[in-house]
Amino acid sequence: MLINGVQIDDTFAEAFNMRGTRVIITAQNLKWAYHAANAMTGFATSVIGCGVEAGIERELSTAETPDGRPGLSILMFAMGSKVLMQQLETRMGQCILTCPTAAAFAGIESEDRINLGKNLRFFGDGYQTSKLFSNANGMAKRYWRIPVMDGEFLCEETTGMVRAIGGGNFLILATSQPAALAAAEAAIEAMKLIPNVIMPFPGGVVRSGSKVGSKYKTMFASTNDAFCPTLKGVTNTELSPEIESVMEIVIDGLNFEDIAESMRVGIQAICDLGAASGVKRISAGNYGGKLGPHHFKLHEIMGKKAS
Amino acid sequence: MNALTFNLKKPLQFSLNCQLLNPTHLADKSPSDIASMLLNYGNSQCRVDEIFEISGNDAQNICFKNSSDKLDYLGANMASGNMLIEGNAGAYLAYNLKIGEIHCLGNTLAYAACNMVSGLLTINGNTGDFLGGASAGLRKGMRGGTVIIKGNAGDRVGDQMRRGLILIEGNAGDYCASRMIAGTIGVLGSVGEYACFNMKRGSLLLTKMPKLHATIQDCGSHTLPFLNLMFKSFAQFKTKFSSIQTLRVQRFVGDAACAGNGEILLILPAQ
Repeated sequence: MLINGVQIDDTFAEAFNMRGTRVIITAQNLKWAYHAANAMTGFATSVIGCGVEAGIERELSTAETPDGRPGLSILMFAMGSKVLMQQLETRMGQCILTCPTAAAFAGIESEDRINLGKNLRFFGDGYQTSKLFSNANGMAKRYWRIPVMDGEFLCEETTGMVRAIGGGNFLILATSQPAALAAAEAAIEAMKLIPNVIMPFPGGVVRSGSKVGSKYKTMFASTNDAFCPTLKGVTNTELSPEIESVMEIVIDGLNFEDIAESMRVGIQAICDLGAASGVKRISAGNYGGKLGPHHFKLHEIMGKKAS
Repeated sequence: MNALTFNLKKPLQFSLNCQLLNPTHLADKSPSDIASMLLNYGNSQCRVDEIFEISGNDAQNICFKNSSDKLDYLGANMASGNMLIEGNAGAYLAYNLKIGEIHCLGNTLAYAACNMVSGLLTINGNTGDFLGGASAGLRKGMRGGTVIIKGNAGDRVGDQMRRGLILIEGNAGDYCASRMIAGTIGVLGSVGEYACFNMKRGSLLLTKMPKLHATIQDCGSHTLPFLNLMFKSFAQFKTKFSSIQTLRVQRFVGDAACAGNGEILLILPAQ
């Protein structure tokens, strides 16, 4: 498949089942909401080393937040509910509780609930106060008010936890490193507009895509040598001679459709730059379809846009 | 279907226990069954049709017309449906109300919303003492639900209240929020003496500075974001509380006499 001179490989991205949650962070202004959210989603690029994958989903207006202050929604994903709960509580305690003026609320409703402020309340040393408020639908939610040095830390007791998908991805193959990065940036800008997904790596982009296994016994993942341009002559390369740089965008999301849509708009944004930008191919990472139950086939996703 | 209506035939000399006349209890009863039910009246019993003219057939919507303060336990133990009281009500209105809505257009005597569990009670007029309190012998009063008083309330509002919301647009008497365990009480008018006496936890939201006793401690003025959530939750009830625009309060904590951690939040003008 060729779109605007960019080749779309006939392959697929292989993704896995995860557990996900959404948290709404508010603060006195957006600046401090970002401080809190950036801290909470820091060191959360990959479950391999971080436990969770997390990112800022979008900004929220004052009309969209529970307490009427500026805010951000955060998505957080882990391989299991236990890890997700542990990571959420730890990050809430160290990143949100500590951040001036920040408050945290549930961003998703489900039968499965995980603790947001339920245990953080004990930081209040007996001075914490709970409040049960009903919304217009009569649904009651419990909030904790924990006295802190800047006033009160307000936090909802729990948030929802849902089944999610992690590991949607595509690879950008370009003739130079600047060209690959510029294409990745264009893709990320377009993908940020899609709800229910995050791109958890720095700036949304990964340069160190990995393969399963290693020559070293202690390593269970190592560099994806087939896509490393400096190894073209010594490995079973996937790259043609003119490719000098490959960058990957990984997507975690709450459902298959939104991940597929984010991939579509991201790839389309790259294709809109044209082959003259230096981008030659779009590919995807998979494990032969044996590990992940969710397959994002590039030709199906981009089918309507094929030239 | 028309609301099942009980029209009081004549003024009563004694108190009438009306706890059987609620949607839950009457759900499967035929008109003749309802008419022949026996109610406790003073120290005797009498049939329902001796006291009321009965009309309508929708037991999930019950209406009392021409009612008086001799009708006790209206809506007691109710677990479904709606009740409209066109007139006054006696003591123990909405006693142990579990689910449903009760709207009284007149005044009530003491112990309204006593032991209430959930649901909504609205009183357009005034109510007596121990609103949202506990019945004799119990250690916990109202345990949930919402009570809205358009008029004034008597003494001991929310005595031993455990959970829920009471909004009073008028004044409240002495010992408001006494022995309160948790929950929220709001009073737009004035409150009497000894507010929050022996209060353990919970919040008393006021607009006028009360006369405080020595064991209520001033914790200063603050802007509290949680008030935004609280006022939003009030909006569904269409009370005068919806007009409050500020998140600025003066916070008093007590009652120190019982190591309490309850609070009075005195609404201040926005900065």
